[in-house]
Amino acid sequence: MKAPNDNVQGNHRLAADIGGTFTDVVLDSPSGRHTAKVLTTSGAPEAGVFEALDRVLGQGATAAPDVGVFVHGTTLATNALIERTGARTAFLTTRGFRDILEMGFEKRFEQYDIFMDKPAPLVPRPLRREVDERVSARGEVLVPLDTEGVREIAAQWRAAGVEAVAVGFLHAYAHPAHERAVREILSAELPGATVCLSSEVCPEIREYERFSTTCANAYVRPLMSGYLLRLEEELRARGMTCPFYLMMSGGGVTTVENAARFPVRLVESGPAGGAILAGHVARECGLSEAFSLDMGGTTAKICLIGNGTPERSRTFEVARRYRDLKGSGLPVRVPVIEMVEIGAGGGSIAGVDAMRRLRVGPASAGAEPGPACYGRGGERATVTDANLVLGKLDPERFAGGRIALQPERAAAALARDVGDGLGLHAHWPAVGVVEMVDENMANAARVHAIERGKVIGRHTMVAFGGGAPLHAGRLARKLGIERVVIPTGAGVGSAIGFLLAPIAYEVVRTLPVDFRDFDPAPVNAMLDEMQAEATGVVRGGAPPDATLAVARVVELRYAGQGHDLRIPLDDGPLGADHGPALKARFEERYRAVYGLTIDGLDIRSVSWSVTVSTEAPPAARASMPAAGPEPSPRASGSRRLFDAELGEIVSCPVYSRGELAPGRGIAGPAIVAEDETSTFVPSGFGAALDSAGYIVMERTGGMAS
Amino acid sequence: MTGPGAAPNAPIDAIHRQVMWNRLVAVVEEQAQTILRTAFGSVVREAGDLSAGVYDLRGRMIAQAVTGTPGHVNTMARAVEHFLVRFPVAGMRPGDVFVTNDPWLGTGHLFDFVVVSPAFLDRSPVALLASTCHLVDVGGRGFTADARSIHEEGVLFPHMKLRDRGTLNADLLAILNANSRNPVEARGDLLSLVSCNDTGAERLRDMMTEFDLASIEPLADHIVERSRDAMLEAMRPIPNGRYGTEMTLDGYGEPVRVKAEMTVSDEEIVIDYGGTSRASAYGINSPLCYTEAYTFFGLKCIVAPDVPNNHGSLGVFRTVAEPGSAVHPVHPSPVTARHVIGQMLADVAFGCLAQALPGRIPAESAGSIWVLPFAGAGAGSGAGPGGASGANGSRFNVMNVGMGGIGARPGKDGLSVTAFPSGVGAIPVEVTESESPLVFWRKEFLPDSGGAGAFRGGLGQVVEVGSTEQHPFTVSAATFDRMRNPARGRDGGRPGRHGTARLASGPRFDDKAVHTIPPGDRLVVELPGGGGLGDPRRRDFGRIRADLEAGYITLEGAKRDYGFEAESPDPAEKRQSAGAGTAGVGRVGGRNG
Repeated sequence: MKAPNDNVQGNHRLAADIGGTFTDVVLDSPSGRHTAKVLTTSGAPEAGVFEALDRVLGQGATAAPDVGVFVHGTTLATNALIERTGARTAFLTTRGFRDILEMGFEKRFEQYDIFMDKPAPLVPRPLRREVDERVSARGEVLVPLDTEGVREIAAQWRAAGVEAVAVGFLHAYAHPAHERAVREILSAELPGATVCLSSEVCPEIREYERFSTTCANAYVRPLMSGYLLRLEEELRARGMTCPFYLMMSGGGVTTVENAARFPVRLVESGPAGGAILAGHVARECGLSEAFSLDMGGTTAKICLIGNGTPERSRTFEVARRYRDLKGSGLPVRVPVIEMVEIGAGGGSIAGVDAMRRLRVGPASAGAEPGPACYGRGGERATVTDANLVLGKLDPERFAGGRIALQPERAAAALARDVGDGLGLHAHWPAVGVVEMVDENMANAARVHAIERGKVIGRHTMVAFGGGAPLHAGRLARKLGIERVVIPTGAGVGSAIGFLLAPIAYEVVRTLPVDFRDFDPAPVNAMLDEMQAEATGVVRGGAPPDATLAVARVVELRYAGQGHDLRIPLDDGPLGADHGPALKARFEERYRAVYGLTIDGLDIRSVSWSVTVSTEAPPAARASMPAAGPEPSPRASGSRRLFDAELGEIVSCPVYSRGELAPGRGIAGPAIVAEDETSTFVPSGFGAALDSAGYIVMERTGGMAS
Repeated sequence: MTGPGAAPNAPIDAIHRQVMWNRLVAVVEEQAQTILRTAFGSVVREAGDLSAGVYDLRGRMIAQAVTGTPGHVNTMARAVEHFLVRFPVAGMRPGDVFVTNDPWLGTGHLFDFVVVSPAFLDRSPVALLASTCHLVDVGGRGFTADARSIHEEGVLFPHMKLRDRGTLNADLLAILNANSRNPVEARGDLLSLVSCNDTGAERLRDMMTEFDLASIEPLADHIVERSRDAMLEAMRPIPNGRYGTEMTLDGYGEPVRVKAEMTVSDEEIVIDYGGTSRASAYGINSPLCYTEAYTFFGLKCIVAPDVPNNHGSLGVFRTVAEPGSAVHPVHPSPVTARHVIGQMLADVAFGCLAQALPGRIPAESAGSIWVLPFAGAGAGSGAGPGGASGANGSRFNVMNVGMGGIGARPGKDGLSVTAFPSGVGAIPVEVTESESPLVFWRKEFLPDSGGAGAFRGGLGQVVEVGSTEQHPFTVSAATFDRMRNPARGRDGGRPGRHGTARLASGPRFDDKAVHTIPPGDRLVVELPGGGGLGDPRRRDFGRIRADLEAGYITLEGAKRDYGFEAESPDPAEKRQSAGAGTAGVGRVGGRNG
């Protein structure tokens, strides 16, 4: 097994996560883990990275040349798509189809809002051009490519200052010859411009998603490759000669060179890092069924983790115009870690609607102006305000004492925004807000699990991010979950996850196969080609002695049905007998997810995927000791807070995380406080540290729900 | 914890009511998502033609999934009331499931099956779960408007038990199997409705146990009252009174005239369709439940878009129609393509509201979507995936859909090539071509098709389809409307362009029959545009220029529709200098006069 860290002589491993608000840097060194959090410097993001990087290198007494690996994740590509600050991009397509990009799915994502607008395409109509060419679904050339036409368009684009070109022809996912020919011409006629082919960026059927993905890639590529090269130069200038990797949305890391070719694969890398961390924790703790809850300031993300591996998919949307509304953003089909994201965070704003219903989120007060209790101009009541009023946050210790919270502002905002509308007084408006946000997260987790044929109650929750440890206990109760693990370093979980990610690359292609008379030859040839492509990418960055793992997946569906299931393939070439075998495996999975199978129906493949990766780091920990009979540690204080399990305000002890020792159990209700977050252990739960210092919270029963 | 029954005024109970309302919405959304994922018909999975809801024992709908098309707004609620007449709650047993696809007792055509399941807690019935979706095929003439009565449209299941105390009704499934062109898929879809109701019932029981409820009636009362109050509040800005409108549609063979009068009072909004044409002899009639659905949808978009659909909120709307009319056909009128008339009714509601709320209502839209059911020679007229190749070319049945433009909105242009009021989405060209020998030669905006106005209607599109084989293929034009009656503008806005269907070689298809495209020829359909809003001469000059530059309008169209005058004979040069900020290179005629 080889993770990027293993080829390092000095064991100094560095990771940086540029998020929307904060840039986090983590250094794992022989002297321990060092972290730094600075504000993201959006104008020149590398400035923030180096500020934080210098700080952790100082803390760890690490010289730049000793750093063995640097892994980086950034929302830069996402921001460029949201703020529309990418390159002047043009699009070339088959005659008759330039409006596909603007028509989109041709439906309204918000049924009742007559004023809704669809997302504007990245390429405006005058820059979308058509050329004579046409290939059928079966690969017949119906109209040859008009190469002269391509040259004429290139000349006009040259004059218009086009910096990037996306090329998308119908059926190019299977028949890429015309797109490749266009690249040849453009490299001569439009020198210096970025050219992205749909057959390379996203070789999958469904023209709108493929074209959209290709345009997004072209749109951010000049910006991202410039940024990555600058960053690399600066690293080298500081004497860091180590390998430099980029975190991808699919959960693997890749080289700068490859990231600069396919920057659209970097879009959701921060949350992917969090899921990788949760997967690692699940492997360490031997959890076969787990899910992560990553609750930050604006949203909560939930990811299912089976046998230590986060679930993956290839459907993603960037730059949603209306938060949370499917269809309001630009579709991007790249490998991503499958997560459900809901508008439930510390900054989520609470209010009462026309039905006098209590609503929480998805609007967020963010960090600026922030919740009312920050006293920075935020007036609206938020989840953080409610937690403060209920006694779950220590006003003196919030964010390591950097922000002094003002409970009276929180109470006033809650009384006005929630209490008045619902006729609730005292702490009750806050109780309502926290109940509702917990309910929203519980519903999302339950539905997400059911959609995959899983029972959420059998899972262990891995909770991190600033807000999750406060809400995890109540959520566990609502979901019938027995155990919650809160890892160390929860506040910089994504960056820690980067250090745990394998070097990996996934290649996906569409090839419909009817398994009734399965001819494995073309499938094997394609899979070999895909494996060679993925291996080439990974070999380019992996240590020479690294062992590579290959995971192959086919997406199967009942002929005529719209939903695919991902079915893993065995190693080695497929034989003719794989037809029935795959059908059996598909039906087994189908039954698990939907509770039935459909007799007499054939299966079809849609897309095939090959992922090549260095192997994931091993689970190097002993099993977890649960809360034992040892005497409880001493509380450092006590606090009055509202315990939803009891339905009343109770006095409960506060422990410092540092004072807890492995195996020494405490009983809820209790608070475990640390600098970046606090864990609330409700009645009916006990908690203890395990051997790695993770807080393990377990249900002790007794309380009625 | 204390249940709401124990101490009705305790703050925690108020909070729990909030949580439970939220939970009910999650339950129905989960039901709907289950159907969406397992459905076979492309209408369901691409278009969301499905619904799910929770009802109390009196049949009051207390939550409905927002997923899906407006065609099911309140139609299921009506259906549940009908079920309760035939199968009273007192006779229901755990494990029972009821079904019908009767268009008049269900949701408007034979394709839609409504499945109702009682939920039991401690052996007492506590609620009803209902769901519906569009099955791939139920026999008969398939998805065409050519049937002259319901008897030709497919197999009809009256109110029946689909499951009796846990045992599936094998006879019913055998009849479905024997009548459907896609029996396996039809059975799969029907069973997925059963299992999604089971899931919903289980979630509901979990909730009742968690909150220690023996009955959902108090919660239902709360939801119904709050929603009704919110609707009445939202209606207050609409002045009481009577507001009438009319709309003419192409119809099948003869035009259909829809007449409506809206009466607004403090308590309700009633739309009376008295005076509307008699039912068509062909299957484009909209049963009353479907008429209600799109009427209510149109009203709700304007009056209270954010209030959830339930017995309380929808109870403030009422529809009246004459039995035997095109918006209230009676048995045995054919109804398969009911949406041709039904989906125009949101615009009819807008037409009434436009008088009550001047300046706040969009112009008319392309309206009913154009379904494009293609078939190879000899493939029959059913919908769904086709068979193998024969000597006379491929046998295939594939369905695509065409969207036109949405009417201009107050302060905004209309959306181009987007479904309204239907929630249907596009089917990718590459998917259709992979399943058939068809080749789409273009699918692009139709310039000048959006009605001119201060705000322009959304553009329609042109779609051109041929075959790679030297064999004929057919298209059913059952749903092609607005070919003679385009979407009208409002407040001085011009109508959108009407739709057309023709062969590339010239001949036009002017009716709703099944048409043949000969070998080597192509089908060209031009989808209607949306109407404009406000006087075109008041359109902002910058918007006209931007439309010209993008090609949404032609220079000729700009002159004709907007009185646009270019000083330079060369439009490119004119646009360039205009872009550089030079004043006076073009002007909108009449702006200052």
